[in-house]
Amino acid sequence: MTAQPATTEMQGNPLVRFYHRLSLKQRRTIIGYVFIMPFILGFIFWFLIPALVAGYLTFHNWNLISPPRFVGLDNIERLFTDPILPKSLQASFVYTLFSVPLGQIFAFFLATLINTRVRGISIFRTIYYLPTIVPAVASAILWAWIFNTEFGLLNAGIRALGGSRIAWLQDTGWVMVAFVIVSMWSVGGTMIIFLAGLQGIPDTYYEAAEIDGAGTWAKLRHVTLPMMSPIIFFNLVLGFINSFQVFTTAYLLTDGGPQNSTLFLVLYIYRTAFQSQKMGYAAALSWLLFLILMIFSVIIFKYLGSRVYYVNPGD
Amino acid sequence: MTVNETRITAPILVEKNTRRGMARFINIALLLIFGALMLIPFLWLLSSSFKSQIQIFQYPPQWIPDPFQPENYINALTYKPFHLYFRNTLIIAISNVIAVVLTSSFCAYGFARINFPGRDFWFAIVMATLFLPYAILIVPSFMIFTRLGWVDTFLPLIVPQFFGGGAFNIFLMRQFFRTIPEELADAARLDGCSEFGVYWRIMMPLAKPALITIAIFTFLFAWNDLLAPLTYLRSPDNFTIATGLASFRSQTDISWDLQLAASTAMTFPVIILFFAAQRYFIQGIVMTGIKG
Repeated sequence: MTAQPATTEMQGNPLVRFYHRLSLKQRRTIIGYVFIMPFILGFIFWFLIPALVAGYLTFHNWNLISPPRFVGLDNIERLFTDPILPKSLQASFVYTLFSVPLGQIFAFFLATLINTRVRGISIFRTIYYLPTIVPAVASAILWAWIFNTEFGLLNAGIRALGGSRIAWLQDTGWVMVAFVIVSMWSVGGTMIIFLAGLQGIPDTYYEAAEIDGAGTWAKLRHVTLPMMSPIIFFNLVLGFINSFQVFTTAYLLTDGGPQNSTLFLVLYIYRTAFQSQKMGYAAALSWLLFLILMIFSVIIFKYLGSRVYYVNPGD
Repeated sequence: MTVNETRITAPILVEKNTRRGMARFINIALLLIFGALMLIPFLWLLSSSFKSQIQIFQYPPQWIPDPFQPENYINALTYKPFHLYFRNTLIIAISNVIAVVLTSSFCAYGFARINFPGRDFWFAIVMATLFLPYAILIVPSFMIFTRLGWVDTFLPLIVPQFFGGGAFNIFLMRQFFRTIPEELADAARLDGCSEFGVYWRIMMPLAKPALITIAIFTFLFAWNDLLAPLTYLRSPDNFTIATGLASFRSQTDISWDLQLAASTAMTFPVIILFFAAQRYFIQGIVMTGIKG
């Protein structure tokens, strides 16, 4: 692509003539927008228009067959009277409350474990990471088999240790524990991010802390954690968004049961839209999910974002 | 940015040699325990997938399949037209990879290397969409795709990818482009290269590692995703492996040995991909996590 050999027919093109009259800065602006144009169009087509359509649907009932019918605020009122919604919200919140902090701690712990010089350490890294790439559908079937009350591996282990069988996926008290166990199994991505962070902390910081008489705990508290705070923050935000999206595991492991105790919000939206054919109410539920994610993101950024310690790039 | 293998968490003074040995021992013991915990579900999946129907329901459970039944795989994969699902998944996944590699790098170049008014505003929007899971918009998107007549075709799963390929990939490519020295581009410009030439001839070849990384993650996502194909693909002939396997599961008459064999078969290509391109996996995760 050499300098445009301005052929006579190109110069005759009004667009080309217009372009040549522009200043260099104006040209760069045009070129810049040409580059980011796919994103801008995608944002309009697949975010802005769907958001408007979601707004439209919220005020209509649509069963996928007959044309949408205007119902005013019915779908929004239903958010407050729907007896299933509180169960669904509870499922999503309880799951997030446990799986996110526990997942972070576990991933951090694993990262410190594999941050050592031992022969064959890369094998352990691989083993710890591998579960995260298993397709969610396959992993759900695998865990359904492990949690099986009669023949599952987990209950076999519990019985071998003298305990009694647990109805992991049928007992409302245990089913959330089962989901958190599944989420713990695939913390490998978070772990790798933590590992890279740990390896980015200069040894001299620890040496200085030791000269000041810092023990293992003090080093963790005053060197590792502050240095890792941007990464912890990043992982927390990511973990939070992911935990509100859980769908596949719930769809296949319990299909929302028992008694809707694992009817996570996305699963409830899916079911309302495509199994009960209530697209209008499903749109209202989508707005609710959006609102929850927004509020949580703002809270996280406001209260945790300010406590993050960033190293001066000049250091 | 590569994960360094030869570092110790904290330097320990020489006189603490015995404590150091002790800590090392505990570390290795924990590594082994948790390694076993992570690995057991895999081994159990593999072992169960080769078992006979009788052995799979035996108590106490046995680890070695006897009789060894590799025919479970043939039975599982012919019970439903998995060759069709495989073809469909490949079509979708490969189209997604092409879309993402081309358009996310294209947008990212604009964000990384060209200064123009409004750029930071649009990049803020890229970052904002990073926090919006596509599940939020699946209901209105379904209505749009119904109107377009795209439901029960691959189009809803492919076409949107051609518009920047997702915030995550734009972000990742932008971070990578920013690490390439500007002098290279300047030299090319002096030689009369246009901005598009710089992107295509200078930056793209240099960005190969990052491009491979996003290609792999895009492929994985398309291979693994259930929600979108479940929503948009209706006729069984259009199913992906994920939806095919999910429909397998909802049929109660399909026995565990076949379900587990099919699950293993779905996981196998992904594991091969992982071992073939391990370096890019680690690089991809680390790049998104650290350079933010």
